Amino acid sequence: MRAAEIIEAIHKKAKGLGNIAIMEVCGTHTNELHRHAIPQALPDNIRLVSGPGCPVCVTAQSDIHAALSIAGMKDTVLCCYGDMLRVPCGDTSLLGMKSDGADVRSVVSALEALEIARENPLKQVVFFAVGFETTTPHTAVLIEDAARENVGNLSVLCSHKTMPAAVTALLSGKSGIDALMCPGHVACITGRKGFDFVPEKLKIPAAIAGFEACDMLFALLKICDMLEKSQLECFNAYTRAVSENGNDPALRLTYKIFEESECEWRGLGRITESGLVIRDEYSFFDARRRFEIPDFTEKNARMCICSKILRGEALPSDCPSFASVCTPETPLGACMVSSEGSCAAYYKYER
Amino acid sequence: MQEKITLAHGSGGELYREMVNEVFLPAYSNEILCELGDSAVCTAGERIAFTTDGFVVNPIFFPGGDIGRLCVCGTVNDLAVSGAVPQYLSVSMIIEAGFETEKLRCICKSIADTASEAGVRIVTGDTKVVEGNKADGIYITTSGVGVFTADRKPLGQKVVQGDVIICSAPVASHGVAVTVARSGMDFSPVPCSDVKPLSGVVDALLSSGAEVHAMRDPTRGGVAATLCEWARDGVDITVDLKNVPVEASVSEICAVLGLDPLQLANEGVLLASVAKKDCAKALEALRNYQYSTSAAVIAEVESGNSEVWGITDIGTKRRILMPRGEVLPRIC
Repeated sequence: MRAAEIIEAIHKKAKGLGNIAIMEVCGTHTNELHRHAIPQALPDNIRLVSGPGCPVCVTAQSDIHAALSIAGMKDTVLCCYGDMLRVPCGDTSLLGMKSDGADVRSVVSALEALEIARENPLKQVVFFAVGFETTTPHTAVLIEDAARENVGNLSVLCSHKTMPAAVTALLSGKSGIDALMCPGHVACITGRKGFDFVPEKLKIPAAIAGFEACDMLFALLKICDMLEKSQLECFNAYTRAVSENGNDPALRLTYKIFEESECEWRGLGRITESGLVIRDEYSFFDARRRFEIPDFTEKNARMCICSKILRGEALPSDCPSFASVCTPETPLGACMVSSEGSCAAYYKYER
Repeated sequence: MQEKITLAHGSGGELYREMVNEVFLPAYSNEILCELGDSAVCTAGERIAFTTDGFVVNPIFFPGGDIGRLCVCGTVNDLAVSGAVPQYLSVSMIIEAGFETEKLRCICKSIADTASEAGVRIVTGDTKVVEGNKADGIYITTSGVGVFTADRKPLGQKVVQGDVIICSAPVASHGVAVTVARSGMDFSPVPCSDVKPLSGVVDALLSSGAEVHAMRDPTRGGVAATLCEWARDGVDITVDLKNVPVEASVSEICAVLGLDPLQLANEGVLLASVAKKDCAKALEALRNYQYSTSAAVIAEVESGNSEVWGITDIGTKRRILMPRGEVLPRIC
């Protein structure tokens, strides 16, 4: 089906639906939905709401504080994905520490950290690992390889999270969200059935979506269809990439290295079994156990409403700081820092 | 000559002369330069265009080009889009001690080849050598003079309501090529920079007789930055995003890395604002020239509030803003 036909079909279906809110929980979806200006193409009674889908945005201040503490230690190299560099914490950021002389490097793949560790045998190399099911297997490979090769100067500051626990915590009870558009990338790893918990536990329909305009529109159409028929299902609208059972080797490796644990999310607080920690067998590679990281207390509250935005309770434009004091150059909160963040997407496309 | 450049090569003494005689003169040779006076003495018309540009690209050699080709094209293209015919260039280098002489020869050959392709002469230059690790290998500054020949007038550089915006070649190739080369990521095919002189493209367009109101080469900030600057004159520019030429491989890499092709640097693209009535004439002339075979109309200029809009592939409309504050590698 072509985009115009899908849009027309959505308009037809939506007529009988009343006001509905559909949440997406993937930063790439947030960005692509707005890059294609899809909300404009939808009928007025369908509202799209961005949930906690950007790994940078949901990383807790205490984790960023830990990364900054490690980056400030002598003879240490801190590696992380590029977007983490600019997240403010206290009066600095990893980028700020880098310009003050700390050895902070941005990498595009976790395995680069292993190379850096080999090249700098006299330094401690720490990989600040963030992200969901999609990036976790890369960190697992990094730790497995480092263990196999007995690399003594590499460790991982693990801040990995799992999507299902957070979505459950967020959408349990009265949330005002009528359906979920599930992240195609995460589903490549977990499989379609990894999102069966949405209809089963949360009692709302779900569709797994890809990232082209037509992929997202098709998923929205299937959601309208399910809502119309009161069907509770998780529909796979991205079959060219997502299988029923997912990527079994990646999942097995992930749980060989990590185990589930309580975890703190920015804006959502602590959620049971929503994070991954390094298992005892691999504790040698756990930066939290290798280094003494000072305690963290957040000093002054920020003048932005990140937590409400991450919960889908407010739009970026509802925030008094949005686009005035909080801009991509001078972000107050993480939602504006990452290009995948909802505030950054709204700033770029919806003003 | 020694295999590596040393601080002594920058001292103005015997080694400096040897470098000039063995590396620069054979590469750039022309009668004005060979006078070796403190200034080049040249002939130019009554009105000239004059510009300068510094080049600190990393890596120095990248797929599709190198700092030598880039430093000629950057200045030649700035002259060409002003409506002038590029004529003379200066080349000033800051080289790090320890830089390989062979690499310097390659860069000079690239400068010479590109200058000859663009029809300009290197008439003067300067070279300084600094201590190791002070200049990322080599920095180059070029300045250039272009003349307004009898058939050329300086352009007003003001887009007019009712114009169409023509884009001469696929966009984003340089930005993607350099970003990928720097990151060490493996993509197949390897994306190549579009770095090329635009003097011929401008010639083709102006000789067509089309009424051209403004021309720019959208380097840093990409097509988005140029359109936003043009719109500041109080017009709206609406881009039909599906008509913007982007090579398929470049577009895929942009999708993977989350980059917007409209915001990435070009080094061989001409954007021209042309009166709508002359659109067909202009397109035909451009498509018949080797460096602009895929020229296309990408946008229209209307009265408005200085805003740039994009029509997406699904028919919705979104704002296109001046690119800002991105953490991107140095690319020119």
